[in-house]
Amino acid sequence: MMPSAALLTDATTAEGFLLVLAIVLPVIGILLLFALGGRYIERIVLFLIPAGLGVAAAVFTAVWRGGQALVYFVGGWEPPLGIALRADGLSAAMMVTVAIVIGGTALFARQEFGQPRGRPEARAPLVFWILLLAIWAALNIIVVGDDLFNLYVALELLTFAAVPLVCLKGYEDTIKAALRYMLFALFGSMLYLFGTVLIYGAYGTLDIVLLAGRVHAEPVAWIAAGLMTMGLLAKTALFPFHLWLPPAHAGAPAPGSAVLSALVVKGSFFLIVRLWFDAMPGLMNFAAAQVLATLGAGAILFGSVLALRQQRLKLLIAYSTIAQIGYLFFIFPLAAIATAGDPWSGFGWTGGWMQLFSHAFAKAAMFMAAGLIAETLGHDRIAEFGGVARALPITTFTFGIAGLSLMGVPPSGGFVAKWLLLQASVMEGQWWWAAVMLVGGLLAGGYIFMVLGKALSSTDVPFEARDSVARGREFVALALALCAVLLSLVPLRPSEFLQIGRPAVPVVAPP
Amino acid sequence: MTLTFIFNVVLVALLLTVATWIIVARAAFSAAVAFVAYGLLLALVWVELSAIDVALTEAAIGSGVTGMLLLGAASRLRETEATAVPAGRPLTSAVAVLCALIAAGLAAIVLFPPSIVFTLAPQAMARLPESGLGNPVAGVLFVYRAFDTLLEKVVLVLALVSVWSLAPDRFWGGVPGLHVYQQPNSVLTLLAQLLAPLGIVMGIYMFWTGANNPGGAFQGGTVLAAMWVLVMIAGLQNVPSTDRRALRYLVVLGPSIFLTIGLAGFLLANGFLAYPPGYAKPLIIVAEAALTLSIGVTLGLLTAGPPERVAR
Amino acid sequence: MMNAITLFGLCGPALVGLGLFGLITNPQPVRKILAFNILGSGTFLLFGVIARRGAAAGLDGDPVPQALVITGIVVAFAATAMAIALLLRLFEETGRASLNSSNPNNASETTDAS
Repeated sequence: MMPSAALLTDATTAEGFLLVLAIVLPVIGILLLFALGGRYIERIVLFLIPAGLGVAAAVFTAVWRGGQALVYFVGGWEPPLGIALRADGLSAAMMVTVAIVIGGTALFARQEFGQPRGRPEARAPLVFWILLLAIWAALNIIVVGDDLFNLYVALELLTFAAVPLVCLKGYEDTIKAALRYMLFALFGSMLYLFGTVLIYGAYGTLDIVLLAGRVHAEPVAWIAAGLMTMGLLAKTALFPFHLWLPPAHAGAPAPGSAVLSALVVKGSFFLIVRLWFDAMPGLMNFAAAQVLATLGAGAILFGSVLALRQQRLKLLIAYSTIAQIGYLFFIFPLAAIATAGDPWSGFGWTGGWMQLFSHAFAKAAMFMAAGLIAETLGHDRIAEFGGVARALPITTFTFGIAGLSLMGVPPSGGFVAKWLLLQASVMEGQWWWAAVMLVGGLLAGGYIFMVLGKALSSTDVPFEARDSVARGREFVALALALCAVLLSLVPLRPSEFLQIGRPAVPVVAPP
Repeated sequence: MTLTFIFNVVLVALLLTVATWIIVARAAFSAAVAFVAYGLLLALVWVELSAIDVALTEAAIGSGVTGMLLLGAASRLRETEATAVPAGRPLTSAVAVLCALIAAGLAAIVLFPPSIVFTLAPQAMARLPESGLGNPVAGVLFVYRAFDTLLEKVVLVLALVSVWSLAPDRFWGGVPGLHVYQQPNSVLTLLAQLLAPLGIVMGIYMFWTGANNPGGAFQGGTVLAAMWVLVMIAGLQNVPSTDRRALRYLVVLGPSIFLTIGLAGFLLANGFLAYPPGYAKPLIIVAEAALTLSIGVTLGLLTAGPPERVAR
Repeated sequence: MMNAITLFGLCGPALVGLGLFGLITNPQPVRKILAFNILGSGTFLLFGVIARRGAAAGLDGDPVPQALVITGIVVAFAATAMAIALLLRLFEETGRASLNSSNPNNASETTDAS
């Protein structure tokens, strides 16, 4: 049953307006771009990206200094009647990660999706930038939104922005992939909405903080949570709902794939955590956590093995995404049912989020590297990668260090994440997850070195580099990969920042 | 058993019959036609549930523009139906059983409602006079949960961009491929000439009265959109090309004005999307007027589809 | 003795079941989109019953769920428009309107930049 622990008493905090700004800035960009058209892309984007980064940094700093969450009641209306926005340590860290990856993607995509001067407005550039800004706005709402229906609208915005990104190039298989993604995503949204309806019917509010006080373990709550989780799992492409992801992420243009794999699938994952840890604490039990983590383990093994069998680099990276998403789900058995104290101070909580952040940087860098290689060679067939390292040394290096993060080799954020998760699984006595993680690391090593080996090998038939890629883009990809490495500076213990603003309520029902 | 109850039973029976027909009908076109009827029946159900605002929206969007979309798609895809391979008998039966179980489980939740009924009606009504509105649903949409409404408008713009993005590069900025039946003196032309002016007046009225009675920007805007599409289909108005500045401005007019009013709340009132006391109703009316226009144009363009030929 | 509200409340799950069935079993995407709309309307209907049950303060129903349903109907239309546009585009490109399970490895390779 629910303990009567003191819940968070919320009121609008002084810097809460920053949360509104973080959402409104990309929205202004979308409206301006749509109305003014292609000629103004450069100016609008060049202003908005640094501004958005600044806001994210300001939120991070405010949370850090204040040691508490930022809260904003939109319109001054308190929940349950109104909508609240809330940024705790975790949300702030997510916002910064999203901003950096989007910023890097914008820099990377300037050449490919720049509006040619003096020519009439072209389709791909205008559409790409509007979609990118929409993804940014949607993700910001997802990480700070505190109202389940508001989050539903944000999820729809995310889907409507991600799907056309997949078929931006217009080829037949990308359109098929986009349609399949759309159907999966709509199915997921419907399930999520249905769960939301049940929750309002049972508890009379959709505010996450208020729900935490009202929800108790009964069939309605279980069914609602189950439906919403299933819907969000379909959007996160967790095994066995992963079918739509490989063709979709491989078919998108390189900067699109970067954002899709690094950020978009993490949005729905974030909501699953919010649902079980924040909205309905006390509902998670051992069995449910094991089920989720088992699916995660399946994703790791299945995705990694399939990645080894791929002949095309972009598909290999997409299957690698499926595998790495699996690691995220270990947060449920390792943090939700921590045996001592609250979940946030354990190794599992920090480890899971470190996995998300480092994967975001590493995967974005990897897809960018793949894009550069494909531009140079004219194709992305791994078997014919001989000589790539000589032609694109920086890009190959980028791929390599991003791969090290995926494998969990120090120094990298991926190593910190996996080490923390391993510690957690040993401490909790659930050593089987440790075994899965080790196997996953080995398999990741397999497919990373498969690619690197080919790239480093010399070729008898020298190829004509189709396009010499701009050094600048190579350095952007490298910078993102270095972000993954920089995360290795995070100490190997539970992070205090990620505990800011977390409620003092145990997550799991007492036995 | 009162007459109303018998009416409701008949209504539900009809609704479920039409829904079943939509699922099992052979031809997609007849399923789409049934869907239009379904939308109207559903609107009646909403009236019986005392949710007139929703009934108006359902009739206009569900029956109206969604019906137009589905009919258009079904007729264009008619030739592909022969090649569709239906799932095997055992699989279909298994899924049917599963869906029946799910429906039964959900029905159980309905039959055993929670002992405490939470409702936000008292809170919504208590604060409504501050905004000067008389329609509580409008209060929720534009005052308490205005953020949702703003985001929803952005979602509509994104949907339009997505639909337009499907056009091949060479047709970008061109004219949508809405099927035009240009036959002067036909029934369609007569219908458009008679219905459109009525519909436009009705749409404007629905927006205007929405502050105090059922109605509002969404309902009025959708009716305007449906009238516009009707007029275009009948050939009375040219389908505009998608690069026209005026069109672009109209689409963003609603969300832009709403957003500006919202941001002005930082300076003039309590915060984002808060209204200065006494000025709430006029500001909301201005926002709703702009939104009605934008929604009308956006929904109409969404129904017209991506550009399929070059602008003249 | 069931009253009308409960009757509508049972209609909602029935529509959800029907829509789910159509979504899963019918192979043609346009039928899936139709089924998805029915599924959505069943969900909204349930929300409407919850709203009706929340009648208080002189109102016939809780206005919050009603407003959320209006938002939901608009969003569902936008999703339908997008899905139909994708489907029609696929039809124009390929002459077929189905998503037979394509092996991603057989997908044609991109020959231009990235």
